[in-house]
Amino acid sequence: MKLELIVLVIIVIFVGAFAYVSSTGNHEWGGADDQQENVVHELTGGTYQPWFHSVWEPPSKEIESLLFALQASIGSMIIGYFLGYYRALSKMKKAATATEQEGKSNA
Amino acid sequence: MHIMEGFLPHPWWEIWFALSLPVVAYGIYRMDQIIKERRETLPLLAVSGAFIFVLSSLKMPSVTGSCSHPTGTGMGAILFGPWITSVLSMIVLIYQALFLAHGGLTTLGANTFSMGIAGPIIGYFVYKSAMRSGLNLYAAVFLAAMLADCATYVVTSFQLALAFPAASGGVFASFKAFMAIFAITQVPLAVVEGAVTALMFKYFIQLRSDVLIRLNVVSASVIKRLREAST
Repeated sequence: MKLELIVLVIIVIFVGAFAYVSSTGNHEWGGADDQQENVVHELTGGTYQPWFHSVWEPPSKEIESLLFALQASIGSMIIGYFLGYYRALSKMKKAATATEQEGKSNA
Repeated sequence: MHIMEGFLPHPWWEIWFALSLPVVAYGIYRMDQIIKERRETLPLLAVSGAFIFVLSSLKMPSVTGSCSHPTGTGMGAILFGPWITSVLSMIVLIYQALFLAHGGLTTLGANTFSMGIAGPIIGYFVYKSAMRSGLNLYAAVFLAAMLADCATYVVTSFQLALAFPAASGGVFASFKAFMAIFAITQVPLAVVEGAVTALMFKYFIQLRSDVLIRLNVVSASVIKRLREAST
């Protein structure tokens, strides 16, 4: 349980930092990836034009968040499935060896 | 770390593709091999891919007032090495480029290089050398995953700086400008990623330490020591 506690503390600090920062001023909470555009703009004096555009863009914020949620849920489903599978497997192995030993001691 | 669609000019987007594609191709070969010869590792491979799926979809707020996302590649790098992790990362990057307008098809080569190759290579070697120096397993995993995450963003800044050198100060000045976006934002996220990855390893050790030994991730003596420490 020690490691779980450490991880929990790290996450609480992380959330606490978010709460503190958002209470101390106005922040956009925009994506860091999107800020590249501004830096490129500054560095080139606004002359650079992206030469290719996304083949498809989510038509709205809602649909974008749907697709992000879908990505995360597919991933968590797989993780949960296999960790559960492993857990059951190791339990059954333990049970099997236990009955085996019982059988030996009875004989 | 996603360089946006169309934001790498000629010849840089081709260069990063030329560097990434051979690695991914060899990664596919290695993955095929491991699936055929060691079927018992398949669940861990799926979990490694899924872990990248989950973590790279989470845009988390950081102390700088902007959001970024972890990469999740450290786990795959430790378990299966950088070759195979490059394939897993590319799958995620293609999904995000096609359906989320996040990253892009023309910048796929560069993004695969930073997230799927450079980060995992750092993570892999940090893990191996930390284990050799006798560090606690979970501390080694934490360091590896955290530094893989950070390295990815350093490489992204470098890729952008090479493509857009500043008029005064050149590549180095640009590098500093791009690093300014990512550096502080990313560190807290990398710490969380490292911690969560270490926790995942705790469960792997509990449940399938035999597969980890066969993958040459940990030695039997390390597992024995961890077991003794926990009881």
